[in-house]
Amino acid sequence: MSRDVEDLNRRLLRARDAMDRSYAEPLDVAAVAAVAFVSEAHFIRSFRAVFGETPHRYLQRRRVERSMFLLRETDRSITDVCLDVGFTSLGTFSRMFREIVGETPSAYRKGHGPIVAPNCVQLAAMRPLRAPD
Amino acid sequence: MITRLNVASIYVLDKDEALDFYVNKLGLEKGNDVRQGDYRWLTVRVPGEGVTEVSLEQPGPPLHDEATAAQLRELISKGALGGLVFITDDARGLYETLKERGVIDFTQEPTDHFYGTDMGLRDPFGNHIRILQQGKVAQPATA
Repeated sequence: MSRDVEDLNRRLLRARDAMDRSYAEPLDVAAVAAVAFVSEAHFIRSFRAVFGETPHRYLQRRRVERSMFLLRETDRSITDVCLDVGFTSLGTFSRMFREIVGETPSAYRKGHGPIVAPNCVQLAAMRPLRAPD
Repeated sequence: MITRLNVASIYVLDKDEALDFYVNKLGLEKGNDVRQGDYRWLTVRVPGEGVTEVSLEQPGPPLHDEATAAQLRELISKGALGGLVFITDDARGLYETLKERGVIDFTQEPTDHFYGTDMGLRDPFGNHIRILQQGKVAQPATA
């Protein structure tokens, strides 16, 4: 029924917002699934069906977007940026960044200065497109 | 030449619920509420003279066939359709007031940027709302 679809979408959106608010913390799938009032497995499946990617992938792209912001707008070291956005390993961060953005964090920093756009625009518009699965 | 934006519109799932949110929670005022046959022309606006009205549109007849309406409802609830951006003179005070009035879906608490302080929230249906207090801030926050 249409009503059930809207209701689930809205709950998944609420869960996605919860992920965005705590993007730098480890992803607690159980907690986020609880926000949507569904089981973990159902959450992951439904999230992918509704938003086109798994919760993990969504969160990785959010973290990479925030790291792009910090690389452009601050002088924080790449290691610090990596930890700031929730990665625990510099190697994993660099590999993920390169895979999603197409260049290394330092190359990205060299090639981009601060962007004078409001935060909401950056959060939405600067999020990198996902790499092909 | 065009002199003003008269009406902008957003899609909601239920006009009554939308009216309650935008007027009683967000603090806008009702603009027009007029029945024209099967259609209810319903707008809200920031209190004041000559301001742009926001029309609250609901998928379904007479505007849309049922298949289209179902598509719209799905998109609204995914947060994929448009939103609104407001200005406030006191972001942090407003944030407390909104919480007291029962707003729960904040996407971002008041955060300082180089251009001012803003916050993000959603209406009951998933539409995103930003509220900005303009002005220079001494030290912008981190991401």
